[in-house]
Amino acid sequence: MSDGNVKPATGWLGSEKRRLLVQEYGIFIAFLILVAILSVSNPYFLTAGNISNVLLQTSINGVLAIGMTFVILTRGIDLSVGSVVALAGIVSASFATTSATAMVPGGPYPVALALAVGILVGVVSGAIVGVIVSRFAVPAFVATLGMLSAARGATLIYGGGRPVPALLPEFRWIGTGNVFGIPMPVVILIVVFALSWWVLARTRFGRYIYAVGGNPHAAKTSGIDVTRTRFVVYVISGGLAGLAGMILSARTGSALPQAGIAYELDAIAAVVIGGTSLSGGVGRVTGTLIGALIIGVMNNGLDLMGIQSYYQQILKGALIVGAVMLDQKRNQGF
Amino acid sequence: MTSLLKVEGLTKSFGGVHALKNGQFELAAGSVHALCGGNGAGKSTFLSILMGIHRRDGGTIWRSGQPVEFTSPAEALASGIAIIEQELSPVPFMTVAENIFLGREPSGRFGGIDFRAMNKAAQRLLDDLAFDIRADQTMASLSVAKMQLVEIAKALSHDAEVIFMDEPTSAIGEREAQHLFAAIERLKAQGRGIVYVSHRLSEIFQIADAYTVFRDGAYVGSGRMADVDRPTLIGMIVGRELGEEYIKTNAPTAEVGLEVQGLQSPGKIEDVSFQVHKGEIFGIYGLMGSGRTEIFDCLFGLDDAASGRIMLDGSEVSIEKPADAMAQGLALVTEDRKKTGLNLSDSVRRNISLASLPEMSPSFVMRRGDEVAASRSMIERFHIKAARDTMPVSGLSGGNQQKVVLGKWFLRQPRVLLLDEPTRGVDVGAKREIYRIICDYAAAGGTVVMISSEIDEVLGMSDRVMVMRGGRAAGILDRTEANAQSLVHLST
Repeated sequence: MSDGNVKPATGWLGSEKRRLLVQEYGIFIAFLILVAILSVSNPYFLTAGNISNVLLQTSINGVLAIGMTFVILTRGIDLSVGSVVALAGIVSASFATTSATAMVPGGPYPVALALAVGILVGVVSGAIVGVIVSRFAVPAFVATLGMLSAARGATLIYGGGRPVPALLPEFRWIGTGNVFGIPMPVVILIVVFALSWWVLARTRFGRYIYAVGGNPHAAKTSGIDVTRTRFVVYVISGGLAGLAGMILSARTGSALPQAGIAYELDAIAAVVIGGTSLSGGVGRVTGTLIGALIIGVMNNGLDLMGIQSYYQQILKGALIVGAVMLDQKRNQGF
Repeated sequence: MTSLLKVEGLTKSFGGVHALKNGQFELAAGSVHALCGGNGAGKSTFLSILMGIHRRDGGTIWRSGQPVEFTSPAEALASGIAIIEQELSPVPFMTVAENIFLGREPSGRFGGIDFRAMNKAAQRLLDDLAFDIRADQTMASLSVAKMQLVEIAKALSHDAEVIFMDEPTSAIGEREAQHLFAAIERLKAQGRGIVYVSHRLSEIFQIADAYTVFRDGAYVGSGRMADVDRPTLIGMIVGRELGEEYIKTNAPTAEVGLEVQGLQSPGKIEDVSFQVHKGEIFGIYGLMGSGRTEIFDCLFGLDDAASGRIMLDGSEVSIEKPADAMAQGLALVTEDRKKTGLNLSDSVRRNISLASLPEMSPSFVMRRGDEVAASRSMIERFHIKAARDTMPVSGLSGGNQQKVVLGKWFLRQPRVLLLDEPTRGVDVGAKREIYRIICDYAAAGGTVVMISSEIDEVLGMSDRVMVMRGGRAAGILDRTEANAQSLVHLST
C-alpha cells in the first residue's frame, strides 16, 4: 500500500499528544499506582527504613539494567552480565582481602587498585563480546550466551570454586557505607543513571546508538561507524556489570563464585518494563530506572505482605509480559 | 452488462478524520482500470476496505451485482478478489512453489504434500507469465524484482476475477514490467478485471482502459483513457494546473566536478568510467541488476571490494567508508528510503541531522540550537509538510519522507549529489518539487549523478545519460540523441 494513506491526514495531533503522554509517563503512572496501593495496604511500606531498603535492593539490578539499555537500544542483548558480576566481584575481592589467597599474593592492595581491576575485568569481558558481535557479526544472543558460560567458568577457576572472604572495610564501604545518609550503592546508581541519561540524551554517541538501533543501514550510509558503536555498548554494559559485581561483594563481605546467577534476566526485565523496544532504537534510561524500581518495589511489597518468594517469580513473569503487551497495544495507536 | 465491481458512496474515517469521503468506482469485465491519486488521496484506504482489512463506515459495494461486505481478506479472496501488494511478504527459506501455494498445498498420499504436483503447477504458472524463475528455487535466492514477480504469480494462482495491483512495478525493471503488462493483457482477454495503482503515468497510459481519480479522500472523476491526455490527468490528480513536468534550469559548465576511471567491483561492475561536469545532471539508466546502484556503492565506500580512480575537482580521492565520501563532499540519496535512508523510529528533526552529527557536536555534546535551526531551515527550504519537527518521520507521506532525506544531505552542502531513484513511490506533486530541487542545485554549480529506472524521468532531467548493461557501461548518450528507443536498445 502506498504509505501514509491509512493514517488520517490531519488532526492526528491530538492523538499524537496523547500517545506521547502515555509513552512518556505511562510507566511512571503505573509505578505511582503500585506505590500508592502498597502504602495503603501496609503502613510500614512508606517508612524511611523501608524506602532505603528498596533502593538498596534495586541498586545492583538498576546498574546492570542501565548497561543493558545501551545494548538493547542497538538491537542487541547482553546475557553475560550475571556471570561478569561474579567474575569481577571475585577478581576485585582477591585484591582487597585480608586472608591469604593463592591468586594475588602480597595483598591486600589499595582499594583503588581493587576497584580499578574490577571495572577492568568487566570492560575486557564486554570488549571481547563487543568484538565478536560487531566485527564477526555473531548474533548478540549467541556471543553473550557464550560469555555467560565462559565468565562463570573463569570465576570458578580463579577462586578454585571457593568464596573470597574477609574483605577490607574500605572496600566494603562501597556496599555498606553512606553519603549524607544515602547508602553508597544508591549513590552509585544515581551517578550511573545521571551519566547515562546525559550520554543518551545529549551527546553525539547517544545519537549514534539510537540511529544504529533504529536503522543500522541508514546509520551506515549516513557516515556513522556502526561497528564501533556496537562495540562500545558492550564495553559499557560489561564495565557496569563489573561495577555491580563489586557492589555485591562489598555488601555481602565476601565474593561468592555463584553470585549473580540469573541477574541478566532481571536486568532485561527492567529494560523491557521501562518501555525500551527489543527491536532497538526506542527507549530511555529513565524508563529503565523506573522499571528496576517497579521490580524492587514489587518484591518488597510482596515480602511485606508475607507472600512466598515462589509466587513473586510468577508475578514478575506476568508483569514483564503484561508490560510488553501494553506496549504493543499503544504502538498500534489509539 | 453488470460490472465486476461497483462501489458507491464509500466513506471511512479514522479517529474522527475522514480518510475517504465519497469513494466511487466501477470495474468492467475484461478491462484494466487505473486508480490514480497522490499520497493521502485515499487509494490505500479504498483498497483495504475492498480487501476486508478495514470496515467501511458507509456506502455500498457490489460484486457482480450482489451487495457484499467483507470482514477479512480471506472472504474477499473467496469471492474472487485478489491483491498484489506493494510490500512483499515472502517466506525466504521456502521454495517459490511453496510460497505460491502457501496454505493450500496440494495434498498427496498419507496426508503429506504432493510436491511434484505443486512444483509443476507453479512452474506452469510462471512459464505462462514468461517469468524466468524456477519453481524449486528458494525465495531467498531471488532478487527483489523476481520476488515481486512471484508475488504476482501467487495472486494470479488464486484464479481471481478481480485483481488489485498496488504499485506492482515499483521494484522491477523495464523488461520485467513489460512481461507483467503482457500477462495483464492475457488476463484481460480472459474477461478478468484489473485495478491498477501506480504513480507512473506512462504505465497507466500504456495498459489502462479506464481511470478513476481520488484526491484528498474524495472521488474526483473517472472516464476512458482514450478520452484523456497526460496533462489533464495530472491536473485531476494534483488539483491544480501544473506547468511542464520537467523544467530544466541548469546548464553544464566546462569544469569537471566528478571523474571516475575504471571503477570495478568483482561480480558487480566492471570498468565503469565517466565524467560529470559542474552544473550537469548525469543520468544513469539500466535494468534491475545491471550494476546501477553498485556504482554508487563503490563511490560512497559501501563496497569493500571496489577499485578504480575517483577524482573530485581534478584531484584523486581515496574513499574507504561513507565517512570518507562525506568528508569529500559527496552525498548519497539511497534507492530505498525506508531501508537505508531514514531512521523511521525517530523524529523528522533527528533524521535531518543524522548525517551531520559530528558537525553539530564539536565537543561531543549535541548543540540543540544548531539542530533546531538546521531542521527548520530544511523544512522551509523543501516545504516539508510536518506538523512539528519532533513528530516521527514514519508519519509523513512518501514525498515528504524523501524530502527529509534530501534535507539530511543538503544540510552538508555537498559538492556532488548521488541520487538513486530519487522519486520512487512519490506522488506527482512532490515529484515536481524534487525535480526543482535537483535542478536548482545543479544550476548553482552542483554536480549531480541520478539513477532512474523511469525512462521519462531520466530523459527529462538528464543532460547526458549513461546506460548500464550487465555491469558495464553500454554507452553514454547526449540529451539530444537520447530517447526511449535508444535507452531500451542499449540496456537490453
